[in-house]
Amino acid sequence: MNANTPAPLLEARSLSKSYGGRPACRQVSLSLDAGEVLAIVGESGSGKSTLLNLLSGRLVPDTGSIRYRMRDGVARDLARMPEAERRLLARTDWGFVHQDAALGLRMNVSAGGNIGERLMAVGGRHYGDIRATAANWLTRVEIAVDRIDDKPTAYSGGMRQRLQIARNLVTSPRLVFMDEPTGGLDVSVQARLLDLIRGLVADLGLAVVLVTHDLAVARLLSHRIIVMKEGHVIESGLTDRVLDDPQAPYTQLLVSSVLAA
Amino acid sequence: MTGNTPMADYNFAYLDEQTKRMIEQTKRMIRRAILKAIAVPGYQVPFASREMPMPYGWGTGGVQVTAAILGPDDVLKVIDQGADDTTNAVSIRAFFARTARVAVTTATADATIIQTRHRIPEATLTADQVLVYQVPIPEPLRFLEPRETETRTMHALSEYGLMHVKLYEDIARHGHIATAYAYPVQVAGRYVMDPSPIPKFDNPKMDDCPALQLFGAGREKRIYAIPPHTRVVSLDFEDHPFERNRFDVPCALCGATDSYLDEVVTDDQGGRMHVCSDTDHCESRRAKGHRGTMLADEPVHPADRRSKLEAAE
Repeated sequence: MNANTPAPLLEARSLSKSYGGRPACRQVSLSLDAGEVLAIVGESGSGKSTLLNLLSGRLVPDTGSIRYRMRDGVARDLARMPEAERRLLARTDWGFVHQDAALGLRMNVSAGGNIGERLMAVGGRHYGDIRATAANWLTRVEIAVDRIDDKPTAYSGGMRQRLQIARNLVTSPRLVFMDEPTGGLDVSVQARLLDLIRGLVADLGLAVVLVTHDLAVARLLSHRIIVMKEGHVIESGLTDRVLDDPQAPYTQLLVSSVLAA
Repeated sequence: MTGNTPMADYNFAYLDEQTKRMIEQTKRMIRRAILKAIAVPGYQVPFASREMPMPYGWGTGGVQVTAAILGPDDVLKVIDQGADDTTNAVSIRAFFARTARVAVTTATADATIIQTRHRIPEATLTADQVLVYQVPIPEPLRFLEPRETETRTMHALSEYGLMHVKLYEDIARHGHIATAYAYPVQVAGRYVMDPSPIPKFDNPKMDDCPALQLFGAGREKRIYAIPPHTRVVSLDFEDHPFERNRFDVPCALCGATDSYLDEVVTDDQGGRMHVCSDTDHCESRRAKGHRGTMLADEPVHPADRRSKLEAAE
């Protein structure tokens, strides 16, 4: 590894996970550079969500290892990291955006409290500062500041998703995991949210691992794609290359089925 | 059966003791939990809470702690919301008078063990006293994080950001920290603890207290403790510091201005009075001649009348 090619931010080797003998993820290896957006696509049940959960430490792999380059430049094996450090990492340097905002938000806590939680978790003890930061982030995700004291239950689906993004980005993470962030939203809301995510990712230089079954989302946001089927990675490459010139028969089917629609 | 009848069927203070058969080790088990709780201030120690001859919510946790530490020479005081004469206090006091035949008192200064629900006595506690709290819900993070596995991890890793989210919500909604009871504290710079539903007025009394403070939650099966002279800090924000609530009126019976007051509605015309919630504090002040604006003249205790006459002369 020389100075011209910096070590990847996240590097997974031979990840496997089975649920009761039923393999969901088989021997998956991948690497992600800082500022890079990687889309994991595939049909339902192809193992893409399992892979995301493995990468983000929400599941423990049966085999394989994951290394993450910390802010000090040292790559660490996540499995060997103490739990306290891993949890601190997950709520400062990482983010996780769920498809269902109710899983990623505290639904009985106001928007300001939701955004402020991470700040308070890392020692923020000045109410005025926390609130100002929360208001600033609401603006950045295009939510009116006068909704700061409303609970997410009073928000629309698109607003909840934007709030979830703000809550994750408030500690300036370097890596964000997204699980179908636009799933279940209507088309115009989806387009606006994608636009917002693309803008934030570019502004903040975020690395993103994005799980989606929607190839349009992958094309719009990602630099690289990996295609999964039955737990295997069957194709990977630059987004435009994979979508315009798919090599594997399954990818060809996937791409053509979207175009036909 | 009168209150003083010896009850040969029962072990001393109801719980079975280690001197009996091997299985009868309830007291030993609870004492071990208490010792562990004292060793790790503010940490909730799980214990095998027993069925008590009273319903959950009536102080089964406090009763088990008291039963485990009670000795024949102890003098017991039981208060409920500060009062010695409410149902809960009377029945628990009677319970120990019957099963342990210990002396009971209502005077804070005379007691060696004080079991309490929702208050800390106004009188300063001393090193030879133990304060036993009845705790309904020991987990301060419970209302924000319902998973026990998660809250335990949060305690283990000192992840207490969530506690401040609760206070943040208070300020966002009410403009100030509106939590008025069960106000969370950090014990000895480590564990965040629910002080049971005492008013936050009482929170400063826990800090550097010379008496041992024990907390028992029967239904939730947890015991925790604050050893004597331990630092107890109420959580707050830099720009919204912890404030002890004050009353703008004195006690209507004893004229005290420094005690925690209960508001009592006296009629349906909007009439009300504020009186000390600590009945022993109020009575001992009145015995010393302090008078509030609504204290009736009769009946006056002979001793009071004499002192009043002397004062008039």
